[in-house]
Amino acid sequence: MTEKKKKHPPAGQFITTQFNSLLGWARKFSLFHYPFVTACCGMEYMSAACAHFDIDRFGAGWTRFSPRQSDMLLVVGTISQKEAPVLRTVYDQMTEPKWVIAFGTCAVSGGIYDNYAVVQGIDQIIPVDVYIPGCPPRPETVLDGLLKLQEKIQHQDHDWRWKKKRS
Amino acid sequence: MPTRIQKQARQDTMLLNMGPSHPAMHGTIRIMLELDGERIVNSEVEVGYLHRGFEKTCEYRTYFSLLPYTDRLNYVSPLINNLGYVMTVEKMLGVEVPERAQFIRVLMSELSRISDHLTCLAAMAMECGAFTVFLYKMKAREFLWDVIEQTTGARMTTSYIRIGGVRADLHPGFDTVLKKAVEETRSVLKDVHGLLDKNKIFLNRTRDVAVISRDDAVSFGWTGPCLRSTGVSYDVRKAHPYLVYDRLKWEVPLGERGDNYDRYLVRMKEMEQSLRIIEQAAVRLPKSSRAFIAAGLPPAQAIRESRRRRVRTDIALSPNLEGSEGSRYPNILASGKGFVVPPKEETYTTIEGLIDHFKFFMRGHGLRPPKGEAYFAVEGGNGELGFYIVSDGTDRPYRLHLRAPCFHIVSALEQLIRGRYVADVIPTFGSMNMIGGELDR
Amino acid sequence: MEEKTILERLSKEFPGGVRETATSLGDEVVAIDKGALLQIAAFLRDGPGKFSMLLDLTCVDYAGEEPRFEMVYHLFSLLRNQRLRVKTRLSESDLRISSLTSLWKNADWLEREVYDLFGVHFEGHPDLRRLFMYDGFEGHPLRKDYPLRRRQPLIRLKE
Repeated sequence: MTEKKKKHPPAGQFITTQFNSLLGWARKFSLFHYPFVTACCGMEYMSAACAHFDIDRFGAGWTRFSPRQSDMLLVVGTISQKEAPVLRTVYDQMTEPKWVIAFGTCAVSGGIYDNYAVVQGIDQIIPVDVYIPGCPPRPETVLDGLLKLQEKIQHQDHDWRWKKKRS
Repeated sequence: MPTRIQKQARQDTMLLNMGPSHPAMHGTIRIMLELDGERIVNSEVEVGYLHRGFEKTCEYRTYFSLLPYTDRLNYVSPLINNLGYVMTVEKMLGVEVPERAQFIRVLMSELSRISDHLTCLAAMAMECGAFTVFLYKMKAREFLWDVIEQTTGARMTTSYIRIGGVRADLHPGFDTVLKKAVEETRSVLKDVHGLLDKNKIFLNRTRDVAVISRDDAVSFGWTGPCLRSTGVSYDVRKAHPYLVYDRLKWEVPLGERGDNYDRYLVRMKEMEQSLRIIEQAAVRLPKSSRAFIAAGLPPAQAIRESRRRRVRTDIALSPNLEGSEGSRYPNILASGKGFVVPPKEETYTTIEGLIDHFKFFMRGHGLRPPKGEAYFAVEGGNGELGFYIVSDGTDRPYRLHLRAPCFHIVSALEQLIRGRYVADVIPTFGSMNMIGGELDR
Repeated sequence: MEEKTILERLSKEFPGGVRETATSLGDEVVAIDKGALLQIAAFLRDGPGKFSMLLDLTCVDYAGEEPRFEMVYHLFSLLRNQRLRVKTRLSESDLRISSLTSLWKNADWLEREVYDLFGVHFEGHPDLRRLFMYDGFEGHPLRKDYPLRRRQPLIRLKE
């Protein structure tokens, strides 16, 4: 009530948080994903994208096969050591805001392949937002992961303030 | 480091990289094209982007526990890979599989083969622009995967075909769900024939494109639908029949010209033949013995009770083990110790069963084929899928090598696209059905 | 021509080259001298055997034995519907063998794979370089002395 220690937030911050939520709502329902498909999980990705388990109803249906045009990188399948620079390049080419989903245990942690040829999880290369485990994950799991990402995007702080200093 | 094509390219041509992450490259191939306008003067194919160390990893696993690795080789038809591996080990062990299990294996292989061809042609058609075909075929594939899931427990990576037989018997509602899947697949195939067979655009893109002669195809080691599209009639199921293929009536479709269109048509016709095989196998399955479902306690409680009262109790197995009750074992798994997991009723209630179970899974004991080597080939979705296993008498394979059919098919890609347009690369590559897991192992 | 005869025919034509013939588990196997490989392969392809297809070409590392490596070739005759396995031993100090690219076109990639994973050098191969592993990878992964988990990352990995 009358706590002198607490600084009252300026009244305009209500508007900015609502605008942030609006931006989050717009972004989460219009995800253009780049399916970086390598291996078996690609089959479940195809299933998730097609008529039976539709990801289009969540707004993420449009596949953009160019990193410049997409904002979600869906890393599907095993990433071998040879493929790692390619993944890094593709991630770097994407423009902000961007999110990454690690689809399948091979992308999450290397999966059953703990050997000389496989990267043990793509978070050794790029930052990951949502991890979807499964070998391969069922399409329902994929949709659940997508919903979690959407939740994350909704509550994320979107850098839209032009006054904000960047480190 | 400059690749071969970068070193050899002429000054007046352009180098275009269809990199490893490309929609039409099915994920993991890099094709570097040397272009003169739109014509491909030269090309270089680089593979290995999905090399997962399968062969080396298998040397560190026991014969039983490396079964999931085989699922992930040709991941669109995992049951056929399981089958190839398992039959090689059975050849080394000299195991005879029960008849019902053989029919089930044939049925499952053909379901896998249909889903392989569906995926291949769906991707090929989608990349040529026919997106509807892709959606229709994925719909049919879902019905097939329903069948597979209800029988094996998993949609894709099943590990269902085990050494000595199959993991579990078919469930009671199998015939209904199979019938539905076959009907849906038939109707989808009919629709796709109507959409693509005489479609001017599809014909322009695939007729007389990337033609390969019979001699070249044989010299390249092509097998499977790609070889049969050139007119050579070689199908491992007819040439070296295994399981019950020689008892079923079906034909081998052949093409004439060895171009993309023939590869597409041969696959479509093979799917119809596979449906024929499935229907015959479903009818001719030998009857299964009735499962004895004990009206008893769950295992942990049964052990406690028996310990307290020193009486053997009947146990009720968990629903996960439906189909693999002990009374079903004569149908689905070969008899004999050492290479088959003993039935759970025995494991939980008798000491001999417990010892057998323990010895099967313990390192150094389990399945130990005699010292020697064997090569066995089955007809995979792409051709002759062969496994070459060298055993040194221990419980781990000394060397396991996979003869991947699409490896040889893709090695001919450079020759096939030379002199063609860039746009021809897409249907050519699609019709070859390159599966990264099999190509790169 | 019956199946037994191809092995007998081979032993007769190349008495010095053929070391041993056998039938194991229904497969015909012939062990030959590495110097005679090209001649025997050409005879098998063009001669009465008509082995028109090279199914597979691989190598096995028998670490601890001498000679250490063994090349295994699987040939197939479409006309006669018969498979044949040809084996030859290579020692580590002299890891070279003639290439079969002049006879079968798929030997190109198959030999590149064996070179990549085992280090066997194929004489007469037009373009012998790594197939699966990348430039800069040191060693040959499928040899028994290469540890399973020795990774050589191309880019800097975190953690």
